[in-house]
Amino acid sequence: MALASTATFALSLLLFLPILSSAILEKEEEEFSEELLLKPLPDRKVLAHFHFQTEASMSEDSFARHHHLFPKSISQLVKKFHIKAMELSFTQGRWNYERWGGFDPISSQNAKPPGVELWAVFDVPQHQVDASWKNLTHSLSGLFCASINFLESSSSYSAPKWAFQSALGRLRYGTLPREAVCTENLTPWLKLLPCRDKAGLSALMDRPSIYRSFYHSQRLHLTASRTVADGLDSGIILEQALTVVLEPNIQRAGMSYPSETKIQPSWSLSSIFGRKINGRCVLAKSSNVYLQVERGLVTKLEELQENTAAYASNDIGTDDLRWNLGFDLTVTPDRVHRELEKNSVLYEYSINGYKDTEQFDLGLTWKHPVVWSSSHAPLYASRFLMGSGNERGSIAISLKSTDLTKGFVAASDLEERCKLQVNVLQIVPWYIKVYYHTLQLLVDEKPQVVTDFVERMSVSPSEDKVSLGMMELILMLPCDIKSAVLNIEFDKGFLHIDEYPPDANQGFDIPSAIISFPDFDAGLQFSNNSISNSPMLSKLQENRPVLSYTEVLLVPLTTPDFSMPYNVITITCTIFALYFGSLLNVLRRRVGEEERLLKNKDANKVAFLRRILNKLPARLRGRSSESTQPEQQSSSSFINPILILKVLLVAGIAVVWQYYSK
Amino acid sequence: MVESVTPKPRVRPFLRLGIFLISHSNYVSIVCFVSGIVALLLLPILAKNTYVSENALMPGSANNMLSTHHVSHANKFINDLTDSHIDSHKIIAQYMSALDAEVTYHKFYPQLNQFHPLHFFTSPDSGIVSKNISCSSLGINIAGIIRAPRGDGKEAIVLVTPYNPKKVGPAEALSLGIAYSVFSLLSRVTWLAKDVIWLVADSQYGEYSAVSAWLREYQAPAFHEAEIVNSETCNDSDAIDELGHNPYFDRKLYSGFRRAGTMAAALVIKVAEQGNHHEDNLNIYAEASNGQMPNLDLINIVNYLAVHKQGLRMKVKKTFSLLGSRWLNTLGGVFESLGKIAKSLNPQWKFGISATEYVEGAATLASSLYFQGLGVPTGPHGAFRDYQVDAITMEISPKVSPTKMIRRNEFILRGGRLIEGVVRSINNLLEKFHQSFFLYLLTSPGKFVSVGVYMIPFALLVAPLPIVAASLHADANKYTPQSTSSSEVDVSHKSWKWLNSARKVLVIHLWGAVVSLLPYFLCQIPNSTPTTNFTVWGLLSASSLLILYFILDSSIFEAATSQPEKSEWASLKSVTISTAFIGLSLMSVINFATAEIGALLIVPICLMARPLKLDTRARSLRTLLRATCNLALGFIAFPPVAYVLMKGAFEDFYGTSVGDYWNWVESLWTWNSATYLYVGIVHLPCWALCIHILFHSC
Repeated sequence: MALASTATFALSLLLFLPILSSAILEKEEEEFSEELLLKPLPDRKVLAHFHFQTEASMSEDSFARHHHLFPKSISQLVKKFHIKAMELSFTQGRWNYERWGGFDPISSQNAKPPGVELWAVFDVPQHQVDASWKNLTHSLSGLFCASINFLESSSSYSAPKWAFQSALGRLRYGTLPREAVCTENLTPWLKLLPCRDKAGLSALMDRPSIYRSFYHSQRLHLTASRTVADGLDSGIILEQALTVVLEPNIQRAGMSYPSETKIQPSWSLSSIFGRKINGRCVLAKSSNVYLQVERGLVTKLEELQENTAAYASNDIGTDDLRWNLGFDLTVTPDRVHRELEKNSVLYEYSINGYKDTEQFDLGLTWKHPVVWSSSHAPLYASRFLMGSGNERGSIAISLKSTDLTKGFVAASDLEERCKLQVNVLQIVPWYIKVYYHTLQLLVDEKPQVVTDFVERMSVSPSEDKVSLGMMELILMLPCDIKSAVLNIEFDKGFLHIDEYPPDANQGFDIPSAIISFPDFDAGLQFSNNSISNSPMLSKLQENRPVLSYTEVLLVPLTTPDFSMPYNVITITCTIFALYFGSLLNVLRRRVGEEERLLKNKDANKVAFLRRILNKLPARLRGRSSESTQPEQQSSSSFINPILILKVLLVAGIAVVWQYYSK
Repeated sequence: MVESVTPKPRVRPFLRLGIFLISHSNYVSIVCFVSGIVALLLLPILAKNTYVSENALMPGSANNMLSTHHVSHANKFINDLTDSHIDSHKIIAQYMSALDAEVTYHKFYPQLNQFHPLHFFTSPDSGIVSKNISCSSLGINIAGIIRAPRGDGKEAIVLVTPYNPKKVGPAEALSLGIAYSVFSLLSRVTWLAKDVIWLVADSQYGEYSAVSAWLREYQAPAFHEAEIVNSETCNDSDAIDELGHNPYFDRKLYSGFRRAGTMAAALVIKVAEQGNHHEDNLNIYAEASNGQMPNLDLINIVNYLAVHKQGLRMKVKKTFSLLGSRWLNTLGGVFESLGKIAKSLNPQWKFGISATEYVEGAATLASSLYFQGLGVPTGPHGAFRDYQVDAITMEISPKVSPTKMIRRNEFILRGGRLIEGVVRSINNLLEKFHQSFFLYLLTSPGKFVSVGVYMIPFALLVAPLPIVAASLHADANKYTPQSTSSSEVDVSHKSWKWLNSARKVLVIHLWGAVVSLLPYFLCQIPNSTPTTNFTVWGLLSASSLLILYFILDSSIFEAATSQPEKSEWASLKSVTISTAFIGLSLMSVINFATAEIGALLIVPICLMARPLKLDTRARSLRTLLRATCNLALGFIAFPPVAYVLMKGAFEDFYGTSVGDYWNWVESLWTWNSATYLYVGIVHLPCWALCIHILFHSC
């Protein structure tokens, strides 16, 4: 297939020789690269991180222009809504910051909260930002088959100031924690790639194995760079990343006793994806596969190496491969990159030379049981709800120190007052009525004055049914901190009947809080300068603060009983009938008229029933009433026995008939 | 009386009906009371079959995945647990972490049960821990959490197995084994949508307190109190910290208290110590504090899976003394024959049930009423209900006792498959339990009486009270015009008299409140036995009542003595009855079963109370009968006597002593049962007032 496409390309070159020059020019303007990063994780899982980058230049008149590689829908989006930067992510599952690490570029940039997260920076005047955002959500909703359009309403997005890059109020941020992510979101995402999933690395994306994974997050990041000087030459960079955490052992039957030591499972591309790489996407400029061995693992392997130093004394292989004692790779890497200080190692494989006949299938076989741990963020953040009942509760964000903080403290022990900056962004929907004055900070389990530790704070309280509440905090915590807890109380609000979503009894979500550590740089530093031509590696090397998301919380609110409209209708109708009946009765009654009627009613037989009712108590009392008229007595004695007799007769006949008829 | 007024002959029909009822209050009250009793006895017949109301639950629609493989692992776990010499929680934690679960220890001090008279109905407090408890009394709960592979972690299912680390009995080990087998399966399944928490609760200080301590830490942690638990004095606890962690990960992992999301449901798994020699049974305990019940759907799925899938016999508590009672059997026979006649008349009327079925249903219903009315949770599941989590205790009682069980694997497999099915059903649940009933009484595991039906007997029992009160009030007013001439004075006297009785009633109710506070001071006395406590309490309350009586009689009710005596007791009775009515109605909102039982006890004496002097003076057979009835009812309604009778009816008569009542009262207040308040503030004063009316000097 790759051959065929190259043949047609050659043919087209021959045919359209006159316009060749312009075609070449545009070809240079647009670039596509595909990369895959694989990384063994400490808990016997494998991380696969696909990274596709498409670049295109955009001139002012290119609105209706045709692109060769760059997806037209995206370029139109950028053009129309004047997007400066945008990120959309679809995630299922939770990133396990504890086991999979929280201090590397993958977890800081690609670990996302469950559901949909969207932020965008617009290059429009302040008052048009909201309108652009609304249009953008609708466009994206159509583009990705997702209910992103729910982010349109002003009560579902916010404009944080410090959590993301500074955008002077032109940034909008919204999340949909409950959005289910599946293939219908992946397919349109793949359609943006020049080779779709037909060739190249994206051909690995076997749907069942991706959706069987423990975590998968597809991300779309847009950056429109504009050189302001001439205003003509501008470019868009579209990054598409899919991060998947898979468990290699498919059968998963192995149960283990605590006494046994578990060996990391060996894996290969074909065992985790069920497919192999058939070659590169011919349109890609570069097409590489990387295998990352993280710091903790490298350190452990080196320890292992030292233990068997005698055996290794006769130097085997190059210096770069000497820790290869722990595992075997089926394919020898084309290049090896080592990080400068922190020792992580990256093996690079170029898949340019692979074809249908010679498929690329990287396999990793462990030779020794190795136990290591990923590097963690300075503080481990978790968030939980407190309290019970339908009235009130409180949100607590707990920050606990990890191994990194301890090292950090040891390193900077000499400094006078070491401070650890923590940025917290907490967004709550309006029906969670947060009382910001109840913000409580406990450092090392002792209550503290909040202002002692808060450097800056920005609060925008929620407005009922209009906007959500947002709290941004910049905390300066002492470095030797063991734990810190932020606690804030809220009341649960009531929703209007038509504001309840389907399945209202499940509860309502509070989107993840974002905790970032701006003092810490998550990027990797490689010594070799030549690798900067790889977009993914340059992305990994970017200076980005360490960022983590907390859990999504579920708040049960009071819900009306939706299943009883019938009862409600019945009761309402009864009450209305009673009310209007008595009201009408009062309005149309004339007391004087009635009295006059009563006086000459004696002959009127209509009232006999009422009189019987009057007499009944007297009869039950067992004494004759003196006040009753004689003809009433006759009428009642006339009616009563006959009526009772009749009723009894009919009942008797009915019973007898019923008894004999069957 | 209005009818006699000639110029205004027409009264609204509604009013007329009211007047009619009031004027015939005697008949009405007899009819209502009798029909109330009849309706109560009819409840087992009116019970409906349970059905799984929530569609999403789909119990038993998937094949069980728990295999013998898991069971053999669980068996090894049980053997390790019972044979080992090292700490049992260490073994449990190691096994948990080998399944890739996140393990945490939760250390807690057993909370002292204290009487907080003002803490009724408040949210669970964060616990008062006295600081002079030594380290050895530290309880350690172990919680293992399996994160759902693709779930968002918003909800969690809790499995609880209580065990005593000091002495792991065979039954406890078996229950741990069942939970382990399910847990090991759940750690490998792909369908999990909610996190699963397995809590191994340290039951050496009671199952309930361990579970409630863990829940308190989970739902309402007091951050600053943690330092007490983690203080330096308890060094041995630090050693435990290290062991629980997965050996494959770094030791310096986050070691705090771990949480999963909002709890969807909780299952407490227990295995009975004794075998029952018949077949494998499953007992369900569901009553939480103040008669709150979990959603009926939870019981339904357990029932469905146990009976239809695992072939276990499901049981709910019943009062065995009622099973053999002859009157109930004859009543059942009567209802059966009535049902047969009805069926012969119209084959579509199917309300008849067999006599044995009726007796069984009545016994279950009675125990259901009794345990709900007691307001004391029947197991550790009660702690969950305090946080609005639906929970039940499932006690599996094997055919042979766990010590000499031969086919242990099969037993674990059955128990484990049942738990697996229930967990899978709850896992399917999209919303929290809301679809089915929360207010119900069970008459058998598969039959229930819903709130709409069981309200009827109570309403019928209580309905005569306001009617009689109104008629007495009217009667009392009727007598006054004869004694006074001027209408203005009459009006003032009328209102004054009513207020006088109301004041008297209020004072007696205040006395009731004081009496119910007395135990708080009494339990401060060191080294006191229940019997002495009870006698002191009784003496104190009696003496305070006497003092009150003399004070009130001498000073406040001076004006009342000039009134005709007849109307005085009538108005007092009317006010008493109205307060009883208000009290019962309020109680029916808080704990229906208490109100129902209370109404059975207090309503007859309230309705019948009449000065004995009047009755003896009349000397007819009817009045003498009434007087003896009154005395008997007054005796029965006396709270300790009522307690002994209830206990005799529902549990057994044997071994009741004077101190038992004190113990019962103590248990009521430590569990924050509203029944205690009802007895102290409604029942006792009403009873005292009725007795006062009985011995009224007319």
